Amino acid sequence: MLDYKLHKLEMGPDTLVALTEREAALYYRQLVAIRRLEAAAAQLYREQLVRGFCHLYTGQEACAVGLCAALRPQDNLIAGYRIHGWAYLMGVTAAAVLAELTGRASGCAQGKGGSMHMYAPNFYGGNGIVGAQISLGTGIALANKYRKNGAVCFALYGDGAANQGQIFECYNMAQLWKLPIVFVCENNNYGMGTSAWRASSNTNYYTRGDYLPGVWVDGQDVLAVRSATRFAIEHAQQRGPLVLELCTYRYAGHSMSDPGTSYRTREEVQQVRQRQDAIERFRKICLEMSLLTQTQLLGIERTVRDEMELAIKAARTDVELPLSHLCNDVYAGSYAQLQLRGVLGHNLEHARSRTESCHE
Amino acid sequence: MLRSRLTQAASAAQRAFSTSPKVLAVKQMTVRDGLNSALDDELARDDRVFLLGEEVAQYDGAYKVSRGLWKKYGDKRIIDTPITEMGFAGIAVGAAMAGLRPICEFMTFNFSMQAIDHVINSAAKTFYMSAGAVNVPIVFRGPNGASAGVAAQHSQCFAAWYAHCPGLKVVSPYDTEDARGLLKSAIRDPDPVVVLENELLYGTAFPVDDSVADVDFLIPIGKAKIMRPGKDITIVAHSKAVETALLSAAELAKKGIEAEIINLRSIRPLDMETIFNSVRKTHHLITVENGWPQHGVGAEICARFMEDQAFFELDAPVWRCCGVDVPMPYTKSLELNALPREHDVTAAALKVLGSKAGKK
Repeated sequence: MLDYKLHKLEMGPDTLVALTEREAALYYRQLVAIRRLEAAAAQLYREQLVRGFCHLYTGQEACAVGLCAALRPQDNLIAGYRIHGWAYLMGVTAAAVLAELTGRASGCAQGKGGSMHMYAPNFYGGNGIVGAQISLGTGIALANKYRKNGAVCFALYGDGAANQGQIFECYNMAQLWKLPIVFVCENNNYGMGTSAWRASSNTNYYTRGDYLPGVWVDGQDVLAVRSATRFAIEHAQQRGPLVLELCTYRYAGHSMSDPGTSYRTREEVQQVRQRQDAIERFRKICLEMSLLTQTQLLGIERTVRDEMELAIKAARTDVELPLSHLCNDVYAGSYAQLQLRGVLGHNLEHARSRTESCHE
Repeated sequence: MLRSRLTQAASAAQRAFSTSPKVLAVKQMTVRDGLNSALDDELARDDRVFLLGEEVAQYDGAYKVSRGLWKKYGDKRIIDTPITEMGFAGIAVGAAMAGLRPICEFMTFNFSMQAIDHVINSAAKTFYMSAGAVNVPIVFRGPNGASAGVAAQHSQCFAAWYAHCPGLKVVSPYDTEDARGLLKSAIRDPDPVVVLENELLYGTAFPVDDSVADVDFLIPIGKAKIMRPGKDITIVAHSKAVETALLSAAELAKKGIEAEIINLRSIRPLDMETIFNSVRKTHHLITVENGWPQHGVGAEICARFMEDQAFFELDAPVWRCCGVDVPMPYTKSLELNALPREHDVTAAALKVLGSKAGKK
């Protein structure tokens, strides 16, 4: 039995769900892959191969795996800055995620975007401006409705971004225009080092849409998230926007430079890890329901380890883009003077590095 | 009252340089109708194109630029938004990322400050951050620059602000031909384009020849136009300052000085080639703009001369005529003196020409 809290809704997501052996193996593999991927990111960061920002998703894996499990091929997604796991599930290979972190040419944005700027078909990226992705996602939903393509857009944000003004602007317009969007608040309890209760007058984020229906979901439970997402897709298509609050927890600091101990206790982190860990909980379900054997689970873990080892190797050894790419892809169309200004004068030739996946 | 006087000034400026009977016989069209017909053409041509903003639909546009379009194209293509710039600008950018062709109207560019994050961080940078995977074909348009009697918060030129940012294209039309041709090019462009219209010129009628009415009449972004040829001094201006420059040219002509007037049309890219070529002939240059001086459009043109061989063509230092370095006062007499007028431009030309004035 899954547990939900509802806001402005008579009926919520299904509380009894089915899980096949194939699905169990897939979700377990994805959960473990994201955790390993982030471990690899941390390792590369410590080796000083990752520069600048690096926000780990460790602890929140069930949100991404459960949500992506319910997505249909046409649905789209846009997220904030903690996106390595989301990019991976939306089709970017582990090697392309890690190579983007190390800034190499085989990265999914050829190394030019970095940790927060990864893109894939139907994945409109992370975003380094907290809350900006909500407005962009609402626009993607508008495009879905405009085109009548039946797609639903998922716009993700955290409990920190939940207080940005533009979110409320978008709740309003999405409801006025009945846009097919699901606002997904991943509440990991801390916006950087500020706990939810110190930042929000109302920490029930699923009710913050006021007139928008909302569902509180146990974000440490893959199946609860999957069921809530299925419900949300149907609701967004039939009736309009709603808010999902996925209650979760981040094990690491806000970013690699944050030990994550000044604003919370080590005991708190330990307790969540011991009692609420998403992977442990799902592994238990798989074993108790006899969906997967211990051997199968170990086999999955081994496969993931091999995948990540190869990815780390590629991210370490691949080359950076040649210097000529410095001034590529500033413009998609013609730029009257194809020379951009370099450090000392107008002497850089502007060019496009690829022609696919542009709307021209 | 003020507006009608300005309209008279504009037609006086036209008379001053358009003396052939052929030109006087051509059709007149207001800037507003030029913009309105450009929107109409492009909405009809491409069903991905839509207009959104405050009061664009049922009210017919705060400045009536979108008059009649809602009746013709309906709610789907002409979308009234709440007063919520950050939200709807972000929604427009998101729709563009998803392949639509939004035209985002700011009631005035002063209000675009509420949304500037989406213009800069979401629209301008995404193509580069995604290494050429996600382009943003959007137009941000609306009235820019000083209006009359509306005080500091509603009287400002944003040309320098937006032209500062790589990834954006910025155009600043002066007359009807510019407005129509540049807006149509902007809508068809695969990159984000900022179209800075001038509120005081919306009602001004300019002569247009038959080619301007053509559905495929386009003005290339990044090309300036020589409004009046001359051999003694080059005067570069954009938007309403072109009118000031033309009036000054008529005054200078009485003193035997032939000024060449260049209408920039595009602020980014900046057509330095046309300016360099003109100065190779005249050897003197002044710039005229209604924006503030520091780091302004004129400042950039000066800097480009410093860095180019064309510097050696100058017989005297370049002089800038700019808006006074103060927030715009409401006081009528002070406001009048806060922007460059034709006698200021004439004085600057005489100063730059020095003892050579009128001696050629």
